[in-house]
Parts: sequence; structure tokens; C-alpha cells
Amino acid sequence: MRALIAIVATCLISALPAQAAEGVTDFTLDNGMEVVVIEDHRAPVVVHMVWYKAGSADEVPGASGVAHFLEHLLFKGTKNLEPGELSATVARNGGSDNAFTSYDYTAYFQRVAADRLDLMMEMEADRMVNLQLSQEDISTERDVIIEERNQRVENSPGALFREQRRAAQYLNHRYGIPVIGWRHEMEALDLDDALDFYSTHYAPNNAILVVAGDVTPEGVRALAEKHYAPIPANKDLPPRDRPQEPPQLAERRMEMKDARVAQPYVSRTYLAPERDSNDQEKAAALTLLSEILGGGITSVLTQKLQFEEQIAVQSSAWYSGTALDDSTFSLAVVPVEGMSLVEAEAALDKAIAEFLDEGVNEDQLARLKMQLRAARIYASDDVQALANRYGRALAVGLSVEDIQAWPDIIDAVTADEIMSAARDVFQARNSVTGWLTASEVSQ
Amino acid sequence: MMRAFVLFLFSLVIAAPATAEVDITEFTTSSGIEAWLVEEHSIPFVALELRFRGGAALDEPENRGAVTLMTATLEEGAGDMNAREFAKRTEELAASFEYDVYDDVLTVSAKFLSENRDEAIAHLRESLINPRFDQDAIDRVRAQILSIIRSDKKEPRSIASNALDKLIYDDHPYATSRNGTLSSVSSLTREDVVAAHRATMARDRLYVSAAGDITKEELGTLLDDLLGGLPETGAPLPPRAEVTLTGETKVIPFETPQSVAVFAQPGIDRDHPDFFAVYLLNHILGGGGFESRLMQEVREKRGLTYGVYTYLVNKDSADLWAGSVSSANDRVAEAIKVIRDQWEKIRNDGVTEEELEDAKTYLTGAYPLRFDGNGPIANIAVGMQMEGLPVDYIATRNDRVNAVTLEDVNRAASEYLKPDQLTFVVVGQPVGLMGAAN
Repeated sequence: MRALIAIVATCLISALPAQAAEGVTDFTLDNGMEVVVIEDHRAPVVVHMVWYKAGSADEVPGASGVAHFLEHLLFKGTKNLEPGELSATVARNGGSDNAFTSYDYTAYFQRVAADRLDLMMEMEADRMVNLQLSQEDISTERDVIIEERNQRVENSPGALFREQRRAAQYLNHRYGIPVIGWRHEMEALDLDDALDFYSTHYAPNNAILVVAGDVTPEGVRALAEKHYAPIPANKDLPPRDRPQEPPQLAERRMEMKDARVAQPYVSRTYLAPERDSNDQEKAAALTLLSEILGGGITSVLTQKLQFEEQIAVQSSAWYSGTALDDSTFSLAVVPVEGMSLVEAEAALDKAIAEFLDEGVNEDQLARLKMQLRAARIYASDDVQALANRYGRALAVGLSVEDIQAWPDIIDAVTADEIMSAARDVFQARNSVTGWLTASEVSQ
Repeated sequence: MMRAFVLFLFSLVIAAPATAEVDITEFTTSSGIEAWLVEEHSIPFVALELRFRGGAALDEPENRGAVTLMTATLEEGAGDMNAREFAKRTEELAASFEYDVYDDVLTVSAKFLSENRDEAIAHLRESLINPRFDQDAIDRVRAQILSIIRSDKKEPRSIASNALDKLIYDDHPYATSRNGTLSSVSSLTREDVVAAHRATMARDRLYVSAAGDITKEELGTLLDDLLGGLPETGAPLPPRAEVTLTGETKVIPFETPQSVAVFAQPGIDRDHPDFFAVYLLNHILGGGGFESRLMQEVREKRGLTYGVYTYLVNKDSADLWAGSVSSANDRVAEAIKVIRDQWEKIRNDGVTEEELEDAKTYLTGAYPLRFDGNGPIANIAVGMQMEGLPVDYIATRNDRVNAVTLEDVNRAASEYLKPDQLTFVVVGQPVGLMGAAN
């Protein structure tokens, strides 16, 4: 049986590296726009993506949600396109399009027949600089993002709980503020907020073009020169030096009650280092640690909490180091019926303590590395997922070389390095422990 | 620039869509298993898809949830391996096996490397033919399913879908969740699980496809090894469901800020001559992303929702035309009114030539893009077999879409759209709907 509750996303493959260097080409346009081409000629399809190195953590205080709001508004008109015309044109060409926003980036993409790439680039380049918004666009679309917040967050106690936990985890960094925004700030977002974010961050020297599928590097370069190269760089692009975390000295605990909670659980997050360019070893060790603790039936937490103690109906460990600034390492336990959160948390602490004492099982590590190797083979079947991996990593300041070195770095991690990373990350003072319960129960 | 841009666009719109070039080999193994294969040797792995028709609809009424519990326990120990040993072996092989069950079908999706293909298949075989269904494994998985059932009772979308199914399907298995109820799942025995295995996984309801690094001869031997041990026949398939749709708006009070609404009216069979006309009509009404009429009216013009969608539901024993929308409690009444008005409008006035052309260019252009990997290809191929479609359907499907005329679509709109049967279930605290129609 797979995951019951989306406490944290767990997916072995997604934590994994991109494929080997074959079929990947990268270059930079004169205006500073980075370009990555991933070739896959099995089907006449192309995925065209533009990633901006600007996400919710780049917002100014008081305007939370503006990065995501702007993402919605980019589907409104430009000087050359009517509102909605871009998506309608993609659809009329048999393609699909969408966009997404995260803490560190905003990305726009189309998936379309490979011979329509020229048109996709023409429209994407157009909205990089020619956005034209009316007051009516603003007020209607603000209602839409508030309904999106209702759907994703307000209607889900688990999502509300995640927001509260992150806000407690980050004392100073904007990773503590939700990507979609705090509701009261979303309600006040206006045209100036959106245009301010647009003019500050949307420029070719702050963007990465990823084109994947049935294309050649030469073909992509010619089209990129035609559509993106004429856009001048933004000379005033601000550096991405965001407020950093001070030393965290106090363990934080929180309990949230909501009548809509059917299945109480306990979660623990720790501040954890992220992948940095030319310095990915710690993140690699933490990536393996999360798999050793939480990856499937043979993992340490499943063994100890579901099989031996039989205290958990589900347990998980999650880490992703692909972030610009400090990331988090998460643990969670959903107790079996009749078991309290006090007992669940104690069992989790005991399991981690035992693991720190016992160390890594070498057989498990070997199996994990075999799976990682295989995952690279399976991953090459999905060129869109590869495009996503390159885009995300480049948007948080890693290089193509870093991305391609990652599999070897993972492969070289030793059991000792994993244990050392575990001892470093599991520090109570860096942690937030949260209990989510139904209102009538206090355990 | 504007003018030139539009002209340029037009020249691309009329360009022929890419064609899907998928070379499917249809064959029968020496033990009589029919299979479809797409050979693709550039990546050293195979995607294999197995389907067993029937799925959760084969539950005995008093044992609702047995097929789901059984399916979730297939990977929890087999042959001489307990759950942990089975999982360890899967990890050593770096294979991926997924077992799932839906209303009408049990699915097995496998991916395995060329370098250890025989061992991976021998391992998969154990879970299909010799699952242990150890009592401790059943109990562990049962606890997980009970947790899901409890969660679904407090999750607005699940509450709404389950309530709509109950309104529509009366005493057919579709009327209840395939997970079962707290009481039915609690009382399932190991014998029930074994019986569910025997009832669902048999050769008389099996469909097979593969895509990847394997030849026809190799696949034939592999399938005979893998599936030869299955019983010939399983349990009889359920009868056609009676569909009851009264056109009411049923409200289920639930304290949450945003109301979740699901809706449905009768649908159309996949084999009906008007299916493609209805398919295009649905795309224009609510199936086509940002461009659909409902998305334009409910989201783009009024900002009432993040998303509103309609879709054709083609189950083995019933056909629906269904949809969903979510809006804040004080706005959902308006969202529902707009949807009902649009349903009426498109039925009475039809669609425009331009809308139909746009829908056709999208659907014909998007179709070849689906075949973009071994995984997706194997999945589509096995789905086609279950629908009874021939191998050459891929080459003719776009012609069928293009053959639909404006007259066909508008006739279908007046014939198949049934505003008076369009039934809503709303979960939340909807202002202006509470108490009105409950």
C-alpha cells in the first residue's frame, strides 16, 4: 500500500539525478540567457520551458504571493497578444501549456509538436517583456488565486499545518512564507506589486531556456538567437542575496487542532544544508539518508515503527537539496489507531537514536545505489521530467556540470559520511516538532 | 506586429499535425496469451502492462473492499519470501512493480532492466501467482486502508464523489467506494482475500502490452512463464448499472471555507456512432483547459474558481458526463448557476464553426504527442485492447475526429445534453443552497 497522507512528497525517482551527459548541450546567449537542449528523437514532441530565477522567496516583504500572482497574469495579454491568446494558440496547435511557481523559481512551459517550436519561442519571448495588464485582469485573477488558496490550503488541515510548520522553521528566511501567499496579503496585491516584480526579475539574464525532445542543438540555437537574443539584458538585475537564517537555538514545538483531521500525525523537520555548486557531497549524503530512513518497506523507519514496534500505520523521511538556501529534512509518523502522538513521537525518537547507534546497513546502501543507477535508465524514458530536473537545478544556482556530476557524487557516498550527515542534521535546536490532531482530542 | 503575427499563426494552424508512428506487433504466445508489443531498443528496459477486467466491481456485496485489500497485499510477501524479503529482492533487481485496482480493472505496471529481465519476471510472477497473504501482512495493510477510509470521511472531495455515486448507482458496486467501509474492511478474513485473488486474476479477462528493449520471441516466452500459472476463468462480470439522475442539487453540510461540487448527467457509450461528436462537444464545454466555455465563464470572466472541468466517464457498466468545481461558500451558488446556464445554452444554441475547428486542431494535434515513451505507449496499447480497438486505430483516430461536422455536434448537443438531469452534490456551507434542495 502506498502513501496514505501527503505529509511530505516521497518519491525515490524525483530525488534522483538526471541522466548521463549524452544528449545534453548547453550554451549562453550574448544577453546572458542560459540554454539547455536535451535531445530525445523517439517521438516528434518538444517541451519548451523558460525558468526565471525568481520565486516567492524573492518577493518584497508584505507582498507575499506576488510571484505566483504574476505567473497567472502572464497568461493575460501582451502588446501583441490578446488575453488568453497564448494558451488558445498553443491549444490550436495541438499543444498544452502551463506554469508553476516555487520558492526559488517561476517556470512556463509548452508541450507541442516539435515543428511548432518557433511559434512557442516567439510567444514566450514576447511575454518576457511586453506584458500588458488591465485593472480588470487584476481583480478577476486575484479572485482566482484566492480560490486556488481555498482549494489547496484552506480546505486542507494538512496544508494549513505545513504552512504553520514552515513559518516556525524559518526564523528569518522567506522560505517560511507560503508560495501562494498569506491570504491577507494576497487580498491586497495590486497592479503595481505585479509589475514591480515583473520589471525587477523578468529578463533574459535572469532566465534559463530548456528545450527537450525531437530537436537539435543547432536548431534550438538558431531559434533562440531569433527570438530571445534581441531582448536586452537587465543591467539592474538585483543579486539574489536573501535574508539568511541566524543560528537557531531553540527547539520549537507546535500543536494544531482542526475538526477536519481524521488521522492525527506527528512531524519533525530539521534545518538542513542544500546542494551548492561544487559542494554537493553533504546533500548527497542526506539524500541517501532520507532513502535509508524512509524509502519503502525495507527502510529503517518502516522496519522499526511498522514491523517491530507496530506503532505506525505510515512513516516517512524526506529531503530535497535542490534549493538556493537552507533546506529541511523531514520525518513523520502516522500512528496506528489507539496510539497517542506522545507514544508515536517517543517511538520516532527511539528509532532515530537506535539508528544513530547502529549505523547504516551496507546491504541496504548497496541496494539503494543499484536502484539509483537503474533510476537513471528509467528516467531517460521521460524527457519532460529530465527537462524539469535541469531547469530546477539551474534555477537554484547549480551548473550543468553539477547536475551531471551528481550521480557519481551519490555513488561515492560512504556509510560513514551518511552517519556523519545524520548526526549533523538531527539537532534539536534546529527542529520543529508538530502535532496535527482533531479538535476534540488532546493526547 | 499584431497583424503579421496573426497571419503567421494562421499559416501554422493549417499545417498538418504530426502523425503518430507507433509500430505495434500483435501476436499470440504459444500458451495462447494475446499481447501487443512496441519494440524500442534505445533504452535498456521494458515497460509491461497487465490488465484484469472486473477489478473492484467483482467484490461480493458483503465483502466490499476485498479486491482492494487483496491488490494492496500482493507485494507483501510471495512464495518463500515474506514482505520484507520480497521488497529486498525487488530493490536488488531495481525493478518497479505497481499493483492497483479501479472500479472495472486491476492493473499491474512493471518496469525492469534488460540486464536482469529473467530474474525480475520470476520475481513478479511470485506476487501474481503465489502471493502469501500472510495474516500479519493483511492486518498491516488493512490498518492503512481503514486510515484512508477515515480520512475520506472528512475530505470534501471524497465526501462529494461518494455521495454522488450513491445517488446515481443505487445497489450496483459502483455506488460505494472500492476501499469498502470501516465495518466491511474490518471483518474481511484471509479467506475473503484469497477468494478475491481467485475471482479477479484469471486469463479469461487478461490484457497485455509491452514497450521497450525486447523482441516478440523473448516477450512470448516471458509471458508464458509469467502468466501461464493463472487460472483460466474468474468470477462473472457485474451487470449493467442502472443510472438515476434527477437533476437535483444535494447539499451535504461540512464545515470548510470552500464548497466542493461534483456533478453528472447520463453519458454515451464509447462504441456509439455519436461518441466522437460528444467527445468534441465535451472538449468545447468543459474538457479543454483554459479555452473551454465553462473555464471562460466561471474562472476567466468571473473569477469564481481555480478550476472547472467536465469529462466523459466510460465505465464498463455505465456511462456518465461528469464534472467538478470548487468555490468559496458565498460564491458557489453563482458558480453552479453559471454552469447550469451554460449547459442549457450550449444545448439550445450549439457551438460555432470556429469552436469546433479549434477543438479538432487541438485534439488531432495532441494525439500523436501522447506516444512519447515506453511507459506511455505500453499504457495506451493496453487501454486500446480493453476498449476493443484495433491496432490500426492509432492511424485512423484523427480521421474519425475530423469527420465530425458542425451539424453532428449541434445535433448531439440537443440530443445528449440533459440540463434537467444534471445533478449536483455540494459539500461545504454553500450560501443560498443550504436547505433549499436537500
